[in-house]
Amino acid sequence: MNIPMIIKAVGFLAVLSIPALGFSDYVLHIAISALLWGFIYTGWSVMGRFGLVSLGHGAFMGIGAYMVTMLWNHAGITPWIGIPVAVVVSMAVGFMIGFPCFRFRITGHYFALVTLALSEVVRLLIVALRDYTGGSLGVTPDSVISADTPNSFIAMQFSDKVTWFYIVVAVWVVGLLVWRAVDRSMIRYAMEAVSQEEDAAASLGVHVTRTKLIVTMISAGMTAVGGAIYGQYQLYINPETTSGIAISLQIVFAAIAGGMFVQLGPTVGAVITLLLTEGLRQTVGHDVHGLDVMIYGAMLVLFIIYMPRGVLGRVIEVFENRTGGTSGPTTQPRPQPGE
Amino acid sequence: MLELKNVSAGYGTFQALFDVSLEVRAGEAVAVIGPNGAGKTSLLRVISKVIDLNGGEIAMEGVSLNDVPAHKIIEMGIAHVPEHRRLFPRLTVEENLKMGGFIASARSHFDERLAYVYELFPRMKERRHQLAGTMSGGEQQMCAIGRGLMSGPKLLLLDEPSAGLAPVIVQQVFDLVRRIREEGYTVLIVEQNIQQVLKVVDRAYLLEVGQIKMSGSSRELLENDDVRRAYIGL
Ligand SMILES: Nc1ncnc2c1ncn2[C@@H]1O[C@H](COP(=O)(O)OP(=O)(O)OP(=O)(O)O)[C@@H](O)[C@H]1O
Ligand SMILES: [Mg+2]
Repeated sequence: MNIPMIIKAVGFLAVLSIPALGFSDYVLHIAISALLWGFIYTGWSVMGRFGLVSLGHGAFMGIGAYMVTMLWNHAGITPWIGIPVAVVVSMAVGFMIGFPCFRFRITGHYFALVTLALSEVVRLLIVALRDYTGGSLGVTPDSVISADTPNSFIAMQFSDKVTWFYIVVAVWVVGLLVWRAVDRSMIRYAMEAVSQEEDAAASLGVHVTRTKLIVTMISAGMTAVGGAIYGQYQLYINPETTSGIAISLQIVFAAIAGGMFVQLGPTVGAVITLLLTEGLRQTVGHDVHGLDVMIYGAMLVLFIIYMPRGVLGRVIEVFENRTGGTSGPTTQPRPQPGE
Repeated sequence: MLELKNVSAGYGTFQALFDVSLEVRAGEAVAVIGPNGAGKTSLLRVISKVIDLNGGEIAMEGVSLNDVPAHKIIEMGIAHVPEHRRLFPRLTVEENLKMGGFIASARSHFDERLAYVYELFPRMKERRHQLAGTMSGGEQQMCAIGRGLMSGPKLLLLDEPSAGLAPVIVQQVFDLVRRIREEGYTVLIVEQNIQQVLKVVDRAYLLEVGQIKMSGSSRELLENDDVRRAYIGL
């Protein structure tokens, strides 16, 4: 066992023991949020780390949250089926937006713009279908829980935060495993090659379009799961908090700020953004509408310029230089702001 | 082995190649020479289908490549070492080589071919954990050729391997090409260093403004007055 593994193991045990430490519900809520958002940001970075910068992940989150809630409210279909359905739909949307982009080589800024449009389209659709979705007022999954029956497995509704904590930990761990599986697969090499020299990669036998589609669909599916769990946990969703530009930007900011090239980077990003929003909420309150988005935007620019590998990426870099460890073949690529 | 018949290709409305026909036989080394902008790179790019074929036919060992997409060309036994090397700069040397053996049929041979490339270029073994983008031009060229060999190709397309290198290194690169020939690879090489390349190949084609103007054995081209006047400066 090396040092990073020991740190990871201890950290993981510490995370698992959070509910046992007798914290208030508020602290538990923050921990659940951090892990859930950490999962979503991890999903984003599965494609973002390869230069496929999506400004549209709000779309997939919205699809996840609304598909599951709509299926439950209007058709009585349990989220246990709703979530896989939402994942498939989200992947299909990822395919539909990705295929033309990748086929016609829309990359970099143009790809970002296309995805930005996607996230707004989904938000506007949710608002437009207000008869079903509740429009911009949002919607609540029809509740089956009460004081007598505090938990419903079928409805995936639990009034107990500790239960949610463990569900979210499980989802988060699966997210990290997916991230690592991609990291260790040939897809990672293929994608890095594609992002650095697309034609050369194609000549070496990389099916560029398909490889990009695979990571896009994995990423879209993960984000949909995140959106669905978010809806079940909050028992309230609205178009602003699950889709649209604001949430999409938040996803990008957090993943980059935490460090999209390292496994736990996006989770660190989730902690940073949570501290930021909670801090803002407690100091300036809700008076200045959109203040957090403005701050995210400004900080995103600063991070891309000064700390493109994010907080955790930077920490690991400094640590490795200090110990003189060459990162060898596992060296992460330096992100190219221009790509 | 490789046969092009009346190939035309271009970029959008711009046509870069007009009715190009050429042939490379198994075991041969063939050069395509010509001035800047003649379409030499475009020729190799259309063979590896990185750009679209607008007319004519390309066949490898009798199998038409017309409908084969770029990522399947390597499975036909063609490896392209592109102009400016096009290494993956932020991958290490070894990772670049690994990408050279990306296709499924090459993965089981990875270790043996890696050993082979390291034997051919001991320098690459020394540098195997270095990021490819930080190596010298000559080293990058070795890595690019090594990457090309990792799929176990029959035909190697080399695009100006000597470009941008110091005279001593240029000499080394041509020695390298000679060695690769001796290893039994069939080579189609594009070069501007005409005098040098004609010493290592059997035959050559002269390409000007997208058309084949002349072809023949290396000796014929070397002794041709027009070629000497225009390209060798004698
Ligand atoms: N991506 C492109 N888009 C448009 N035109 C291009 C493109 N690439 C090359 N061309 C044009 O095609 C013609 C042939 O270019 P090509 O690169 O094949 O020449 P070359 O013989 O390899 O030249 P050099 O010796 O300078 O490498 C040139 O007129 C060039 O401007
Ligand atoms: Mg050229």
